Amino acid sequence: MTDTKTTLSKDLSAEERTPLLKRLTGANTLWIGLVLLVLVAVFGAIRPDAVFQVTTLQFLLAETAVLLVLAVGMTFVIITSGIDLSVGSVLVFASVTSALAMNKLSGGDATNAGWGVIACGLLVAVVSGAVWGLLNGLLISRAKIPPLIVTLGSFGAAQGAALLLNNGSNVSGIPDRLNRTFGSGTWFGIPNIVIVAAIVTAAGALLLSTTRFGRYTYAVGSNEEAARRVGISVRNHLTKVYLLAGTLAGLAGFMGNAFFRVAVVTGHETDNLNAIAAVVLGGTSIFGGMGSVLGTVFGVFIPAVLEKGLVIIGVREFWQPIAVAIVLVAAVWLDQTRRRARNQR
Amino acid sequence: MTEPLLEARDLTKNYGTVEALRGASFTAYAGEVVSLIGDNGAGKSTLVKCMSGVEQPTGGTLLFDGKPITLSSPNDARDRGIETVFQDLAVAPDLDPAANMFLGREILKPGLLGRLGVLDKKAMRRQAVEHFTRFGATLQSIDVPIAALSGGQRQSVAVARSVAWASKLVFMDEPTAALGVVQRERVLDVIKRVRDEGIAVVLISHNMPEVLSVSDRVEVLRLGRRVARFKAAETTVEELVGAMTGALSQEDAA
Repeated sequence: MTDTKTTLSKDLSAEERTPLLKRLTGANTLWIGLVLLVLVAVFGAIRPDAVFQVTTLQFLLAETAVLLVLAVGMTFVIITSGIDLSVGSVLVFASVTSALAMNKLSGGDATNAGWGVIACGLLVAVVSGAVWGLLNGLLISRAKIPPLIVTLGSFGAAQGAALLLNNGSNVSGIPDRLNRTFGSGTWFGIPNIVIVAAIVTAAGALLLSTTRFGRYTYAVGSNEEAARRVGISVRNHLTKVYLLAGTLAGLAGFMGNAFFRVAVVTGHETDNLNAIAAVVLGGTSIFGGMGSVLGTVFGVFIPAVLEKGLVIIGVREFWQPIAVAIVLVAAVWLDQTRRRARNQR
Repeated sequence: MTEPLLEARDLTKNYGTVEALRGASFTAYAGEVVSLIGDNGAGKSTLVKCMSGVEQPTGGTLLFDGKPITLSSPNDARDRGIETVFQDLAVAPDLDPAANMFLGREILKPGLLGRLGVLDKKAMRRQAVEHFTRFGATLQSIDVPIAALSGGQRQSVAVARSVAWASKLVFMDEPTAALGVVQRERVLDVIKRVRDEGIAVVLISHNMPEVLSVSDRVEVLRLGRRVARFKAAETTVEELVGAMTGALSQEDAA
C-alpha cells in the first residue's frame, strides 16, 4: 500500500488527478466509514438474528432520516467555519406552523385532509424554516455578530415562538394521508421518509462537491479574506448558507410531522448538538474549509447504530452517549493533529 | 516616450488626521518593471491600495490609458486587467492550486449543468497546469490543498494566479519576502517573463539589489510623496537609499 502511494505521487503527470483510492485514503471520510462498518459488523456478529432484521433496519433508518436532513445543512454551515445552534428549534417551529396551517385550512382538524392541504403544509414548513435561516444569515453576515451568539438567540426564540403559537402543547391532526405515505409508507422495503432524506442528502452532496456554490462555501471557510479579495461576495454567500440550513430544518420539521403524526414541541432540544456531532464525526473540520456530505452521512449513523446496537446486545443504552463522546473528541483531535502537521511545512 | 499605462497624479489619502499620501504621483508603462520603493511608512502600501481599488484616494487623479478613472473596488481594477499579489498571500489553504487559481472565476460546464452552477473541474485543472508550467511554478501535484505545499510553492501559486489574469498590469507587494534563494530567482524570472509579454509590473520591495537587478525603472516614495525617479541601469544602491532617506532629492520628481 505505502509503495503504491509513493510511486503514485511521484509520477503524477500533471494532467492526471490523484487516483480515487489515494484521495479516499487521504480523507477522514474513509476511516469514519470503516468505523461505521466495523460497528455494524460487531453488533451483527453478536446478534445476527436481531440486527439484520428488516424492521430493525427500517426503524434505524427512519429515525435517523430527520437528523440527516438537519446535518446536511449543518455541514455547509460548519464548512464556512460557522455553527448553527438553532436547527432543532427551527424544526419545532416549522412543524408547529405547518400543522397549525393544515388544521386551519381544513377547518380545525386536518386528519382527513387531501393533498392540496398537505402541499400547503409543506410550503409553510419550508418557508418558516427559511425565514429563520435568513434571519440568522443576515445577522451573521451583515451585523457581523458571531454565529454562535446569533443562533443561540434564534435557538431560544424559535422554540419560544413555537410554544407561544399553540400555548405550549403539541399540535395533532396531522393528515392520515401524509402519515400513510411519507411517515410509515415504504417503497421496496425502504421507508419513504428515508428516500426523501436520501434525495436531500444526494442533492446536498452534489451541491457541495460539484458546484460553484460548494466551492465558495469551502473558500469562505478556508480563508474569508482571500475569498473577498477575489471578488466573492462573502456576505451574500454566508446568508445563503444559513438560509439553506434553515430551509432544511423546515423540511425536517415537516418530515417529523409525517413520521410522528403530531407536531411535537419538546424533544428536539439537543438536535443541534446531535447534528453538529454528526458533521464533526464525519470528518468536517470545525475550523472550516474541509468536509463532505458523505462523511456526515456516516457521522449521523454512528451514534444511531451505537444506540440501537447496544440495546440489542443487552448493554445499557446509557453507554451510548459516552461512546459517542469518545469517538467525537478523538475525531476532532485527529483533525487538529492533521492540520498542525500539514501547516508546519 | 509613449503614453503611461497607469498614472497617479497628486494622490492624497487621509486616515482621520494621519496623512498617508501627500500628493503622491506614480507612473507605470506597459512592458516594463517599475519598482516602488520607500522606507517603512512612506506610503507604498497605501499608494498601491489606491491604485488597485482596495482603497479610494481622498484627492488626486488616476489615469489609465490616458483617461481618468475611479476604482471603487478591487473588481473594478480587475475588470481593467489590473491584478495584485498581496504580501500576505491571500490563498485558500484548503483548496488545491487549480481551485485557487480559478477562485472567483470558475469555469462552468457547458449547457444546462453549467447554468446550474456545475464546475468544469477538468478544464480548470488543465488550464491551471498549462499556466503553472508556463510560469515555472513546479508543483508535484495539482490537487493537494495549498496548505500541503511549501512556502515557496504557495507563493508561486499566488504569483501565478495574479499573473494569469493580469492583462495590463500587476502589482506585486514584496513577492519574494518569505522565499529561499531558488524560489526567489524563480519569482524574479516570472516577473521578467510577464514584462516580456507586454504587461506592466509594479514591484514593491525592500531588497535594493533585487530591485536593481529586475527593474527597468525605480520610483522612490518618501513621506507620502514621490521624491525621485531613476532608470535602474543608471543608478546605484547608494543613490536609492539616499533618496529614500531624504539625503538626495530630485526637483522634478513630485
